[in-house]
Amino acid sequence: MRESLGVYDYWAYDQRPKIEWPGGAKVAFWVAPNIEYYELDPPQNPQRSPWPHPHPSVPGYSIRDYGNRVGHQRQMALLEKYGIRGSVSLSVALCEHHPEIIQMCKERDWEFFSHGIYNTRYTYGLSEDQERAMIRDSMETIHRHTGQACAGYLAPALSHSERTLDLFAEVGEELFGDKGGLYTCDLFHDDQPTPISVRSGKRFISMPYSLEMNDTIVYAVNKVEPRQYSTMLKRHFDRLYAEGAESGTVMCIPTHNYQVSCPHRIKAFEEALEYITGHPDVWVATGREIADYYLANYYDAALDSMAAQAATAGKQG
Amino acid sequence: MALNDDYLDYPLRRHGYDHERYAWSMLSERPPVTWPEGKTLAVWINISLQFYPLNQRGKPFKVPNGMTMPYPDLRHFSLRDYGNRVGIYRVLKALAAHNITPTFAINAQLAEQTPYLVQRLKEHGGEFIAHGWNMDHLHYGGQPIEEEAELVKRSVETLRRVTGQPVRGWLSPAKHQSFNTPDLLAENGIAYCADWVNDDMPYVCSTTEGSLSMMPLATEIEDQFVMSQNLHSEDSWVTQVKDAFDFLLEESREQGGRLFALNLHPWLVGQPHRIACLEEVLAHISGHPEVWQAPAGEILDAFHAATEQT
Repeated sequence: MRESLGVYDYWAYDQRPKIEWPGGAKVAFWVAPNIEYYELDPPQNPQRSPWPHPHPSVPGYSIRDYGNRVGHQRQMALLEKYGIRGSVSLSVALCEHHPEIIQMCKERDWEFFSHGIYNTRYTYGLSEDQERAMIRDSMETIHRHTGQACAGYLAPALSHSERTLDLFAEVGEELFGDKGGLYTCDLFHDDQPTPISVRSGKRFISMPYSLEMNDTIVYAVNKVEPRQYSTMLKRHFDRLYAEGAESGTVMCIPTHNYQVSCPHRIKAFEEALEYITGHPDVWVATGREIADYYLANYYDAALDSMAAQAATAGKQG
Repeated sequence: MALNDDYLDYPLRRHGYDHERYAWSMLSERPPVTWPEGKTLAVWINISLQFYPLNQRGKPFKVPNGMTMPYPDLRHFSLRDYGNRVGIYRVLKALAAHNITPTFAINAQLAEQTPYLVQRLKEHGGEFIAHGWNMDHLHYGGQPIEEEAELVKRSVETLRRVTGQPVRGWLSPAKHQSFNTPDLLAENGIAYCADWVNDDMPYVCSTTEGSLSMMPLATEIEDQFVMSQNLHSEDSWVTQVKDAFDFLLEESREQGGRLFALNLHPWLVGQPHRIACLEEVLAHISGHPEVWQAPAGEILDAFHAATEQT
């Protein structure tokens, strides 16, 4: 075990090259619907139990099923209403279980990125070869069912190894060259994209995805009231929009179709979407679009800036 | 040491589900259903009447809202008992004021031990559904099937005997099941189960004893879930229930019949400082021309009648 992951250097927020998003936008805004499959009777993992109770955990399984049976279409209609294309964090087994959902998202030109095979199969305890095989399976499945070269990764149930980011970048390069394996959503250290050093040296970044704005964290972990979530989203946006005048920021709303799409919560979600997309200087984008733009325009400058900050600190020290 | 490679085997990665209980189907893709008299939103008000034993075993887990303190946990025991002595009568009054015919999910042991309560519920009118034996007799994976079979049979038969009703519905304590529960329910003549919260309409599942209908009783707007588990305020609960109702009413106008199911616990919502919140909720959901309020069994019958026609 390491004291620190060591894939990025310290880099002060207020001393960076200015980011300007397309059209002069201040905030790149993206919504990442997690479309997940939790198994009814998954195998045990020695480090984390998939369900809190003996299987079948009907309460947990059935509300997640609600998300796919009922919630998905509600959320999709709402995102469409506000001109938002989802960037789907996908339990890729859903391509086999519920291809109808995949088809609907494809028809709307949504992005799909990997969230593992099932949200009940963890990275914990996998060997490097096993984890590589799991990641490869996930990226190949997305390609087979959607034709997309998977650009992003959010590890299943946010379960990681020390090698996760390296492996995702390597498999992405192997399968799709510079079109795949571009960004990770697994790090929560910043409000802007940042270069991440992976062992292959691939141009790879962290994409702000926000655990704080994640509806499951908000509702199921922090037990927030629905309308308060709406207030949180608006405040989060307001500050990033204001700061975006100095240098472009990224706001993501990670959602789950069994959380925001429930009848008692969807109105609060809609209010926030209406508010955010009602501002003129917002670039409504997908994860890949933001990653591509950043890699093409700011990645090299970011590396230079990080090196310069480190050198300055060295001189002063 | 790494996991065995079979951790990455997925034998049930296939179209539909990783089980055979019911068919995969998206709500918005199904033919629209209309409730009797052209109504679009069916409203099911469920009153859960529960007995939480003082000598809780907590097997295989401690039920939410059960005993938490060292034995004897008099505070939680008597606070839950409050619902059956005091809270229920406030709730019944509120229901009567809005002409609501409720569904009573009652632990069989409670029904057997408090015939006066059952008598009053019968006089008020409503449908009784089985709610297991008590809140410390859970149905769970790994439970010996003989033990669960006896539990289901005893619960259903007791409730039929003391209420004189056919008892067609079932709500498991804590909505928890074993892999055998649906089969055992069907075996005991149960027509529908409320445990699976995966839809806003009834649907049919299969068992070894023929079909069993699922009547999803939403957890997320339950009084106990919002106020006791999430610790949201009473006012927030009112807002959440109204928002849910308004949304489903609107969706039912646009897309066809929907089910609004509200589960209530007299030990919680029957408290003096909360009962006005229930009254506000009931006032909000009453008086809409599109709303059809009925007990769960009637809603299910109407669903089958409507879907068999289409």
